[in-house]
Amino acid sequence: MSGNLLEIRDLHKRYGATEVLKGVDCTMRQGDVISIIGSSGSGKTTMLRCINMLEDFQGGTIRIDGEEIGYETAGGVRRRKKETEIARQRAMTGMAFQQFNLFPHLSAARNIMLGLVKVKRMGRDEARAVAEKWLERVGLRDRADRFPGQLSGGQQQRVAIARAIAMNPKLMLFDEVTSALDPELVSEVLQVIKDLARDGMSMLLVTHEMRFAYEVSSRVIFMNQGRIGEEGDPREMFHKPQTERLAEFLKTSTFN
Amino acid sequence: MELLAFFDQLWLARLPILKGVGVTVSISLLAICAGSVLGLGVGLALTYGVRPVRWLVRAYTDFIRGTPVLVLVLASYYVLSGVGLDLGPFQAGVLALAVFCSSHVGEIVRGALQSIPKGQSEAAKAIGLTFSQTFTSVLAPQALRLALPAWVNTAAEMVKASTLLSIIGVAELLLRTQELISRTFLSLEFYFFAGFLYFVINYGIERFGKYVERKTSTPS
Repeated sequence: MSGNLLEIRDLHKRYGATEVLKGVDCTMRQGDVISIIGSSGSGKTTMLRCINMLEDFQGGTIRIDGEEIGYETAGGVRRRKKETEIARQRAMTGMAFQQFNLFPHLSAARNIMLGLVKVKRMGRDEARAVAEKWLERVGLRDRADRFPGQLSGGQQQRVAIARAIAMNPKLMLFDEVTSALDPELVSEVLQVIKDLARDGMSMLLVTHEMRFAYEVSSRVIFMNQGRIGEEGDPREMFHKPQTERLAEFLKTSTFN
Repeated sequence: MELLAFFDQLWLARLPILKGVGVTVSISLLAICAGSVLGLGVGLALTYGVRPVRWLVRAYTDFIRGTPVLVLVLASYYVLSGVGLDLGPFQAGVLALAVFCSSHVGEIVRGALQSIPKGQSEAAKAIGLTFSQTFTSVLAPQALRLALPAWVNTAAEMVKASTLLSIIGVAELLLRTQELISRTFLSLEFYFFAGFLYFVINYGIERFGKYVERKTSTPS
């Protein structure tokens, strides 16, 4: 064991004939906050979705705490793990989505409780207490019994983040969590993520918020055409990009 | 004067009419319940089945939906006995209606499940729910709400289709009414009355549907 929280080796992903990920390597330690930037179609979201097997992948390995995710190789044959095993592995990571994806038929608290009760086998009272604790943390304790349709976009996203975090994942994945929000609601969500980073949560973020990536990340990965184009310290990367591609990308993105 | 005569006859015929209503309600209830259970299976197979299963079930629904209900009723009564399955008119009729109902409910279930955004099952997966947990806690409750209006519609259709069982001699409301008319010649009055009773039954179903819809709606 290398002691890495996340270890991606030579990750390949194809949709039919199109290769979206052409060999991605990435390692991450406990407490790292890594932002993945890059233009659309560069494979950043796909990479994130492979880590919790929302996408199958055809080559390479992903390990979390040394445990191989999604596939096993026995006798030279690579096989997808059993669905129940994959479900268990998915609970090691938490994910927040661009479209929030809250369950509209459940209140904010019940959204959070669902995984606690079904996956963590908690009693309802205990689950409710955990849900309320996390709603408190994202500043929505008083909205516990509201339904998603009664909340603003920013509030919904904060509940969605609380829902993922409450499962106590080893690693949080954020997939463009502010892209679907009105500009004035973005900062409340980013603040929640900053608080989590300060508390030492390990996070992998796909983001278009360059200023935020710059401020919050311990490392930045620039994805370009299915490969890692450049990676490193955010200050160095944003101020002294080493590749033409990254310089080009930074010029066209809003860094304010 | 004629109205009085009608009421007179109606009172005399109250028992056969009530029995007719009872049979109509029984047929409809049995067909709707059996058809819905079967239809749930059909819908699940259409949505999640492996390819050969999907094709088979697709062929079943297309065939049934493309066939007039009357033909299904007649086939169920006359053809099935030819292959050794001897059903009485009531049983054969309920079977035909249940099969018809299942193909419609199957389509409704499939449509409801497929109209739930993909993000819902992805979010459920992301917190570690298995497929069956995702289905029961996330997809089914949402699909139920989406399917309800169309399901109520189908249920009302089944009540109306139950009249076709009069052709194979099931003494349901329409056949009872016809018998009454052939005796009293009050055709306008008794057909109108039968129509009114069908309306009452279907109105009850509709109210029930609205009630469930209200009970299960989520605030927004």
